[in-house]
Amino acid sequence: MNCSSRLTGLLFWTTTVAFGQSVYSIADMFKPRATPADSIFNVSILMLAICAAIFVVVGGLLTFTIVRFRRRKVDDNREPAQVYGSTRIEIAWTVIPVLIVLALGMATARSVVEVQNKRIPADALKVTVIGHQWWWEFRYPELGIVTANELHVPLSTTTKSTVTALTLESADVAHSFWVPQLAGKMDLIPGVTTSMWIDPRQQGIFLGNCAEYCGMQHANMLLRVVVEPAADFEKWVDAQKMDAASDPRLESARTTFLSLNCINCHAVRGTIAKGTFGPDLSHLMSRATLGAGMIPNTVENLRAWLKDPQTIKHGNLMPNMQLNSRELDEIVKYLSSLK
Amino acid sequence: MPSRLHEWIVTVDHKRLGILYIATALFFFAVAGVLAALMRLQLAYPNATFLPPDVFNRLFTMHGTTMVFLVGMPFFAGLANYLTPLMIGARDMAFPRLNAFGFWIFLFGGILLYMSYVTGEGLAGHGTAPDVGWFAYAPLTERAFSRGTSTDYWILSIILTGIGTTASSINTIATIVSMRCKGMTLAKMPLFAWLMLVVSSMVLFILPPLTAGQIMLLLDRYLGAHFFDTQAGGSAVLWQHFFWLFGHPEVYVLMLPGFACASEIIPVFSRKPMFGRPAMIGATIGIGMLSSGVWAHHMFTVGMTASSNIYFAVASMAVGIPTGIKIFNWLGTMYGGKIRFDTPMLFCVAFLFQFLIAGLTGVMLAVAPFDWQVTDSYFVVAHFHYVLLGGLLFTLFGAIYYWFPKATGKMLSEKLGKWHFWLLVIGFHLTFDTLHFAGTLGMPRRIYTYAPGRGWDTLNLVASIGVIFQAAGVACLVWNIIRSLRKGEPAGNDPWDGWTLEWATSSPPPEYNFAVSPEVRSSRPLWDLKHPEDPDWRYE
Repeated sequence: MNCSSRLTGLLFWTTTVAFGQSVYSIADMFKPRATPADSIFNVSILMLAICAAIFVVVGGLLTFTIVRFRRRKVDDNREPAQVYGSTRIEIAWTVIPVLIVLALGMATARSVVEVQNKRIPADALKVTVIGHQWWWEFRYPELGIVTANELHVPLSTTTKSTVTALTLESADVAHSFWVPQLAGKMDLIPGVTTSMWIDPRQQGIFLGNCAEYCGMQHANMLLRVVVEPAADFEKWVDAQKMDAASDPRLESARTTFLSLNCINCHAVRGTIAKGTFGPDLSHLMSRATLGAGMIPNTVENLRAWLKDPQTIKHGNLMPNMQLNSRELDEIVKYLSSLK
Repeated sequence: MPSRLHEWIVTVDHKRLGILYIATALFFFAVAGVLAALMRLQLAYPNATFLPPDVFNRLFTMHGTTMVFLVGMPFFAGLANYLTPLMIGARDMAFPRLNAFGFWIFLFGGILLYMSYVTGEGLAGHGTAPDVGWFAYAPLTERAFSRGTSTDYWILSIILTGIGTTASSINTIATIVSMRCKGMTLAKMPLFAWLMLVVSSMVLFILPPLTAGQIMLLLDRYLGAHFFDTQAGGSAVLWQHFFWLFGHPEVYVLMLPGFACASEIIPVFSRKPMFGRPAMIGATIGIGMLSSGVWAHHMFTVGMTASSNIYFAVASMAVGIPTGIKIFNWLGTMYGGKIRFDTPMLFCVAFLFQFLIAGLTGVMLAVAPFDWQVTDSYFVVAHFHYVLLGGLLFTLFGAIYYWFPKATGKMLSEKLGKWHFWLLVIGFHLTFDTLHFAGTLGMPRRIYTYAPGRGWDTLNLVASIGVIFQAAGVACLVWNIIRSLRKGEPAGNDPWDGWTLEWATSSPPPEYNFAVSPEVRSSRPLWDLKHPEDPDWRYE
C-alpha cells in the first residue's frame, strides 16, 4: 500500500464512515464554532479592517507618488526643490499611529481577558491533555477514562452551556494543541501545566494539528475533537468506562497479547496490561485512526501497523516487534475485538 | 594567481573584507535557497514522498539557521565594512586585524555548521545535520531527545559566528565614533552610518543572552547541568526567554541594514534629501530600544498571565510607530521628487510596498488573540518571509546594484537587473501571498507532508511554483555579476550622481580610499560640491 492511497483513503473514511458525524476538515479560523474562537474572530475582524484601511491609504499614497513624481522623458535636468522635512506633517504621522495602537491595544486586552480570565464553571468537564511524541493522550480524571488522539466533548447549546476545561501537560518535549475552529493554540510544555477551555456549539468532528515542532513525526500528530450532544456523549462515556471486551472465544488471542511485550507500553482496562508509554488500547476500535491520524483504523491497517509500524510512521516510538504470523493473527484478532 | 589568492587571504583592507563577507553571504544564500526549493518540492503536493521526515526536518533547520546567521549577519557585516569608512571619509576600519579575525571565524563557523552533513552524528548515523529547528526549543535539544552530535554542531557554529559578529560590531562602533573625517559631526553623518551604529550597538546587547543560552545548553548536554533539562527539573520556557531576548531584536538587526541601504538609495534616485532626517535617526534608535522589550510576543501560547500578554502585545504594536515613521519618511522623500527607476530604486520601491504589508501582518501578530491562532502556522512563515525576503533581501539586492559599480568599477546590466527584479517580484508574491491563507486554514509550519482535502493543496502548489520564478530571478543576478566582471561597462567614479563621500573617490577605490582626507560641511558633501549656489549646510 503506498502512502498516498493510504491517506486519501483516510479522508474518505473520516468524512463518510466515522460515527455518521460530519467532519470539518478545513480548519478555518474565520469559521469559529466556540466562544474562545469567536472572541479571537471578533478582534481579528477589527484588526483586519484597521490594517486594510492603513494599507489602502499608505499604499495609495505610495502609488500616487511613484506615478506622479516619476522622471519623465521630456524633463529638464534641473533638480527638484530640496525639501528637508516638515515638523507639522511629521507630528501628524506620529500621533495618528499612536492613537491606532491605543485603540487596537484596548481591543486586544479585552479579548485576552475574555479568553484567559474566564471563570470556569464548577460543573465543567475536566480533561487532562498529555502530549507525547507523536500522539495525544486524553484523561478524564473525574470519569476515570483514558483515551488517545480523539477528544470527545459534549455540545454546548443555547439552553445549556457546557464548558470543557483542558489541562495541558507534556510527557517529553514541547507540543501545542490547535483546533482553529474551537480556540487558539496553547502549548504543552514539560514541567509546566497550562490550561484552556472550549464550549463548542456545533456537533461534528473538528480537525487540528500539533503546532509546535516536536521532532521527526511532528507532521503526523493530528487531533480530532468529537463534539456530540449530551446524550451521545454520556453513551460514549459509559462505553469507555467499561472494562475491555473479553470474548471467551478469543481466550487464546488474549493470552498471546498479554504474554508479549505489548503490555509494557499499552494498557487494556481489566487486564494485567497497564503500560503507560503508548496509547490506551481498552477501546481501540472505537477510534477512527491509527498512529494519531496516520491511517484509518481498519483491521487490515491494524495488521499492517503491527507488522511494522516504522514503515507506516517512520521514527515513531513503537518498534517493530518482529511478530511471527501466528502472533500477528492472534493480536489483530484480539485488538480488533476491543470495541 | 597564487599571489592574488594569498592577497585575499591575508588582507586586512576593509573593502576586501567587505567583499569577502558579501560573497560568502551570497554563497550561503544560494545554498539556503536550494534547501528551501527542496522543501517546496516536497510540499507541492499532499502526501508527497520525495523527502523522508528526518531529511525534511534537517532542511528547515539548516535553511533557517543559514539565512539568519550565515546570510543576514554577514550582509550586515559586509556592508558595514565596505561602506562605513568610505562614507565617513576614513582610510580603514579602526581595527583592521580584528576585522580579518571576525570574518575568518565567521566563515569557519559557517563551514562547521555544514560539516555536520558529513561528520555529524544523529539517530540516522553519520552525516546527520541538526534537526531541531532554528530556534531549537528545549527540551528537544537535550540528550534524551537529540542523541549524537548534530545539535552540538548547531550550538558551536552559532557561538563561533557570534564571536565574528561581535568583533565586527565593536569595530564598526569604534570606527564611527573615532574616525569620522573633519567636519563630520554625528548630526552630519550619513544615515547609513547612523543605522550601522545603532545595529552594532544592538548586537552587543543581544548576542550575550544567545551565547549564554548556547553555553548553558552545552553544559546540559555534556556536563549534566539541568538548565533546560525538564526531566531533571530544568525549565523549557527559560530557553525560550533566552532565545527570544536575542531572537526578536535580531530581526531588527537583520532589517536595519536594509533600511540603511534604502535610506541612501531612495533619496539619490528621488533627487531629494531624506525627508525628516532627525526623525529617521530618532525612529531608528526607538526601534532599537523598543525591540528589546517585546521578545515574549513569540511566546503568547506558553501560558503567560493575561497582563503579561497584554503588555507584550501593546509593546509590540508600539514598534510599529517608529517603523511607520520610517515608511512615511521614505514616502515624503519620494514625494515631489523626480524619481529615476533604475534597478536599485525598483528594488527599493517593491521593498516599500512589501514592507508595508510585512509591517501590517506584524501588527496583526502583536494582537495576542490573533497570534494564538496563527503563531507557528504558515501565516507566520509568510509574515517573516515578507520581512526578510520582501523587505531585507529586496533592499540588499538594490544595494548590490547600487554599490557594485563602486566596488568593481563596472556597471551591472540594467536589462538583466530588470529581469531579476520582475522574476523575483512575481515569484515572491506567488509563494508568500498564498501561504498566509494556508496558515489561517490551520496549516502548521514545519510539517513534512499533509493530507489532501484540508484546503491547503492549491495554495501549496502555487507557493511551490513561485520558487521557479524566484530561482530564475536569482540566476539573472548571478549571470549579471559574472557578465559584468568580465565585460561590464566602466562605471566611472559617480554613476548615479550620488551625494555621499564614497562617490568622491575612484571606482574601485584605492587601498587608502582618499588621497587627501576629505572635509565636509553637511550630510550631503557631494551635493554641496555640485551645487555651490544652494548647498545643504545653509540649512543644517
